[in-house]
Formats: sequence, structure tokens, C-alpha cells
Amino acid sequence: MLKSRWTKVVLFVACLIPGALLAWTVYSTPFLANPIEYITHTTGDWTIRFLLITLSITPLRVIFQQPQLARFRRMLGLFAFFYGSLHFMTWFVLDKWFDLHEMWKDVLKRPFITAGFTGLVLMLPLAITSTDRWVRRMGYKRWQKLHRAIYFSAAAGVIHYYWLVKSDIRLPVLYGVILLVLLGWRYFHRAPKPARARQPVAG
Amino acid sequence: MIIRKLSDLRYSDVTPKNVYLTHSLNRRRFLTAGAAAFAGLAWGDTQKLNATIKSPYSTTEPLTPIQIVTGYNNYYEFGTDKADPAKNAQGFKTSPWTLSIEGEVAKPKTLDLDQIMKIAPLEERIYRHRCVEAWSIVVPWIGFPLNALLKQVEPTSKAKFVAFQSYHNTKQEPLATSWRAGIDFPYVEGLRMDEAMHPLTILTVGVYGEVLPNQNGAPIRLTVPWKYGFKSIKSLVKIKLVDKQPPATWNMANAHEYGFYSNVNPQVDHPRWSQARERRLGDLRMRPTLMFNGYEKEVASMYTGMDLRKYY
Repeated sequence: MLKSRWTKVVLFVACLIPGALLAWTVYSTPFLANPIEYITHTTGDWTIRFLLITLSITPLRVIFQQPQLARFRRMLGLFAFFYGSLHFMTWFVLDKWFDLHEMWKDVLKRPFITAGFTGLVLMLPLAITSTDRWVRRMGYKRWQKLHRAIYFSAAAGVIHYYWLVKSDIRLPVLYGVILLVLLGWRYFHRAPKPARARQPVAG
Repeated sequence: MIIRKLSDLRYSDVTPKNVYLTHSLNRRRFLTAGAAAFAGLAWGDTQKLNATIKSPYSTTEPLTPIQIVTGYNNYYEFGTDKADPAKNAQGFKTSPWTLSIEGEVAKPKTLDLDQIMKIAPLEERIYRHRCVEAWSIVVPWIGFPLNALLKQVEPTSKAKFVAFQSYHNTKQEPLATSWRAGIDFPYVEGLRMDEAMHPLTILTVGVYGEVLPNQNGAPIRLTVPWKYGFKSIKSLVKIKLVDKQPPATWNMANAHEYGFYSNVNPQVDHPRWSQARERRLGDLRMRPTLMFNGYEKEVASMYTGMDLRKYY
């Protein structure tokens, strides 16, 4: 099933469902008190979730010995960027009204926005270089190094969330714990450094 | 005579959902009964509050729809999402109720619901309500000045502050735990004596012409319109006059972010976000926040000479 090309199509549609559900809720709920806050919050939630889902592909691939899972990683990562962009645009358009000056004031002055903005900016080069062609252009090693930025993007996202909630920290902490587990797994399964060639002892 | 058949009706004949909901909601909640009916109110029944006096303190700004006022609430005892209290407070029993007024007073009292409703003539106060989260609403509260009650209990000369305490019972409020909400319970608040005696400060028993829904702090709450909303403590059970500044829940949870005074002030930001603007629910664009939530004329004199950045 994982090898079928239709799986990717189904997964693509599934990834769109949160966005569709959001649009439907906003359109159809009578007296939705604070729709801008609701849209911002929901798109932000799904950005972090897709980042965590993307980061879980490699551990799952290894643990369950399903190399085919790697096929979906790029799409999931790009959906994280998609929801992140929606999240940012909601804030920039519906909150800041395209006012770049106001936007920068917030980015520089409000730590939680600094963290969020950083997280999004880090995703941008990853989105741009997500294609096969870019992997070839950069060479896999360099490409892989660049794409480690997702660790920092996800961490910035968790910090952004933690710094913005008033007092109920349960979800940000949960996302943080999941992120720690995913990054921790990578740390413990990192490739060992190549052994140095043995030198014969002189004499 | 032609009678329209069911098939003749078009989609455009259907009552819009929001009109239907408002109409049926108001009809269900309408009950003409005397004050004695309070004791036996079942869930879903509310009482129309009659003969409320119009107040010169009311604003003429457009009201926030009742569905938002009663559906978008911060009442962490019933969950931390804005829609939680309306959902989870349905079974909250607010009758019988006891409100005790004690401390530095000559005539301490304990009041039941019936007595609460008779403390002073009910007024309609249409107030702006500004949350510290930078959203705001306009609410037609029904209540009476707190000073009417305080005068009856005769504060002594030692009374410098008024402490308030909210109802807390883990059986009725299973979600009221500090690990969930990030704040401790019971919810407590406090005012300086002059703030408590100010004519704008009211004890609120109703909203939109009826008794308070549970999610809005039934059966009686405080409303202090020139301060951030979290100071308008809900579901009061105790009012105590004291000589030292009393603890306030959000101040205890995070003193760096929530001060005792918490006057609405666009010039003093929350450490993590700006207070210069706010979103009036229902509006698309944010609007500038007004000093003391627009009640500067009425309250500024209580704070002349006070450093509002230090005493936030």
C-alpha cells in the first residue's frame, strides 16, 4: 500500500482537510466570536503538527523498517510550510493590515513573535530547495545539512506557542515533549564518526 | 384560495439560522415569574429582570451580540477554551447561594439569592469590557453599585481594601485544577476601598435583560469596567473588607504580567504583547485602546500622582 502512487494522492487530500475544515467552520458558524483569532490559532496548531509529523517520518521509517515512508516526507514538510504561511498571512493581513512597519515592530519587540517569525523564515529555504533538482544541485550532503534547519524551525514554533499562551501551557509543553523525543531519537541514532585509520607503531 | 404546498417553498423562505437561534433562545429563556422563582430555577430557564433603571454611565456604543457575550468566555473553572464555559457550566447549580460580607465591617451579613436581588434597585449598565488579551465587547449588564451594599455593612476605619472570593467546588467544577488552568483556585480578587466605592463599580446579577447565565459568572459577579476583565471576578461567595492589599489570582500566577491595579492603559504594554490596540469582537480591524477603557473622566482622579507603569 505504501508503494502505490495513489497513497500520495490520498495523503495530499488528507493534509488539506484541516484547512478545509477551518474554512467551513468560519463560514458556517453563526456568531463565531473571534474568527481572526480562531484562524490564526488553528493554522498555527497545524503548522506545528505537520512539522512534528514530518520529523516523525525518519524514526518511523527506521523503527518499522518501512523505507517507503520516506516518499511522503517532502509533502508533509511542505504542508507545514503551507499552514505556516497561512498562519503568518492571517496575522500580517488581518491583524497588521499589510503594514510592514507595524509587522517589524512586533517581530523585533515581542519575543514570541520573534520566535514565530524565525521559525517561518527558517522554513522558507527548505521549501524552495525541496525539489529533486535542488538536491542534485546542492549535492545530498549539503542539502541534508541545510534541511536540518527544520529542527530549529520546530523548536522556534514550540517556543512561540509556549510564550504566547496566558497560563494553560499543556499543549505547548506536549508539543515540546514530542519534539524532544523526535530529536532525542535522532541524537541516539546518529551516524557514528568514521574510525581513524590505524597507524602502525614505529620501531 | 391557494395554499402553498411544501414543494412551493424555496430555500430563500427558510429562516436564517442565526435569526432562528436568537428567537428560539430568547423564547426558551423567557419566564415571567416572581423573585421567588429563583429558588427553583432549572437549567435552561432564566428569568427576565424587570424594571431596571437606565444609567447615565451606560455607553451608547453598539452592543455585542448576546451569542458572543454568552459564548466567548474566560472562566477557567469550566475549561480554558473560550467556548468551554458555555458548554461545561450548564449543570452548575447556582441555587441555593450564599454571599457573605465580612471583615472590617460593623454589620457583617450573609445573603441568599432573594436578599441579593433586593440590596438596591437594579440598573442597566451598558459597559465596555476589555480583556487583557486585547479583545473587547460592549455588554448590557444589570446590577447595582457595590457601594450600596458596602454602605449597608458599615465599613470600619480599618477597611482599606475589599477582597473578593469566587465559588470553588471540585465536584461542581471538575476542571478547576491549577495544572490545567495555570492559575490557583478559588479565584480571588481585590480592589482599593475608593475603587470599590466608586459608582462605576457594580455587583452584576444580570445581562441582556435576564439573570446571568452560568458562563458569565452566575448568580452574582463584580464588574469594574476601567480595569482588565480578569478583575471582574465571577460567582461571588465572599466579600471581605481588609486593611492590607489582598491577593489577586492573576497577580499570584504571574506578578510580572498582571498587577493588582490592572487599569486599562494603552501606554503600558503587557510584557508579551501590546495593549495599545484591541479587537472589538464583531469588528474586522483593531481599534486604539482608550485610557481606563474610556472611563478616564470618571476614574482618573483616583490615580493622580500614581506611577501607572509601576503600579500596573
